[in-house]
Amino acid sequence: MKDYGFLYRLVERARERSAFLFHFNAGACNGCDIELISCLTPRYDVEQYGIKLEGSPRHADVFVVSGPVTRATRAPLEAVYKQLPDPKVVVAIGSCPATGNVFWGSPMIEGPLDQIIPVDIYVPGCPPRPMAIVEGIAAAIHKLASRHSAASGEQV
Amino acid sequence: MNLAQAVAALLIFPGLLYAVPMGWLMLGTERKLRARFQGRIGPPLTQPFYDVVKLIAKWPLPRAAGERALLALFPLLSIGAMIGAAALLPVFRGESGFAGDIILLVGLLEIPPVCMVLAGYASRSIYGEVGANREAALDISCNIPFFTALIAMAASANSLRTTTIAFATPWQVRLLAVLAILICLPVKLRLNPFSISNAEQEVLAGPLVEADGRLLALWELCEALEWVVLIGFVVTIGIPGRSGEWWIDAILFGACSLGLVLLLTLVASATARLKLRQATRLLWRCSFVLAAISLCAAFLFRGN
Repeated sequence: MKDYGFLYRLVERARERSAFLFHFNAGACNGCDIELISCLTPRYDVEQYGIKLEGSPRHADVFVVSGPVTRATRAPLEAVYKQLPDPKVVVAIGSCPATGNVFWGSPMIEGPLDQIIPVDIYVPGCPPRPMAIVEGIAAAIHKLASRHSAASGEQV
Repeated sequence: MNLAQAVAALLIFPGLLYAVPMGWLMLGTERKLRARFQGRIGPPLTQPFYDVVKLIAKWPLPRAAGERALLALFPLLSIGAMIGAAALLPVFRGESGFAGDIILLVGLLEIPPVCMVLAGYASRSIYGEVGANREAALDISCNIPFFTALIAMAASANSLRTTTIAFATPWQVRLLAVLAILICLPVKLRLNPFSISNAEQEVLAGPLVEADGRLLALWELCEALEWVVLIGFVVTIGIPGRSGEWWIDAILFGACSLGLVLLLTLVASATARLKLRQATRLLWRCSFVLAAISLCAAFLFRGN
């Protein structure tokens, strides 16, 4: 990776050590949501890595989505995605946003998630274990850290 | 207070150069201790610093220039007021201040809550407005005991100089007044039993719901300074004596402030969030009663 100087290294370090999550339930069965919340409990304690769950999407860096995107949640999902300030990353928690899972083919489903917004990291599982979620978020933060310009922040 | 002393107080101690790192240390200590009390490991003490750096490095949202200026004005005004208030704290014995500086100090302390209420309404989000509403109601109900306790101290010391109030208030008045102010402290810092206006999941983030990147960084800086100034204010008017050696006074001031952070964190992690009505009732039944008794005591022990 190209070295841009002290300030860039400081920003990269700060981004790796401080990530604010915003959690969006796009029609999930609550299984993945419970597993995500359990990451904050004393057993897994993601706050030691500076990860914090935020109430407002304006504060967040990491957009955590669970659930196959249902018809009713598609418009709010797109709106909330636009409300996150750049640079941001999207983490899809569970099998539903990745593939549609058991709801695949249903007329009520608009997903999978990557047909609607760009996804950086998938954490498969139904639901995934908390350690897998922590690992996925860590990978997402690592991806976020080196996005310095508008060009490199563009997501595929 | 000559010009050089005033500039040093504003920029070095207890102003900018001391208050910003100390504020981050206080916020970091609070998060670390709360995590430890809950049986977690918790973030490192440098966490608030990294949070601010990361928030500054975020790209600004597209906004109209006037709106951006208005939203940035509120935190900048609060930060300026807090640095000015820090400079007025009577940390050393030699500082004489000027007549009426307690009124200026209290006025400056009131600027951040007012700015936060205005920012909440300026965000034009329903959550911001509810948060601003709660903040305004709480601020008014906690200021009544806060001001009553300060009036009691000023009346018994027979002065409006902060230094004289800090040194000359008799202990009978000081004990009750400082207790009343201590109950108001978590309200002013929006800490747990009174974290009503910035409740994360109820009203998203309250008045700061629309604050992105740099705006949120400014607000976090303002919060850090608020911690230093409000806790420093309670420490300086709560302790009657000064050693006279400037470095002992400075170290004692910092150490007592951190001790108070420990106490506040203990209360914050042991309690759950109250409703607005319960919080107002608690303030009136505990804090205001103490402040009123200290006001009565002030007239009994006046001129001792």
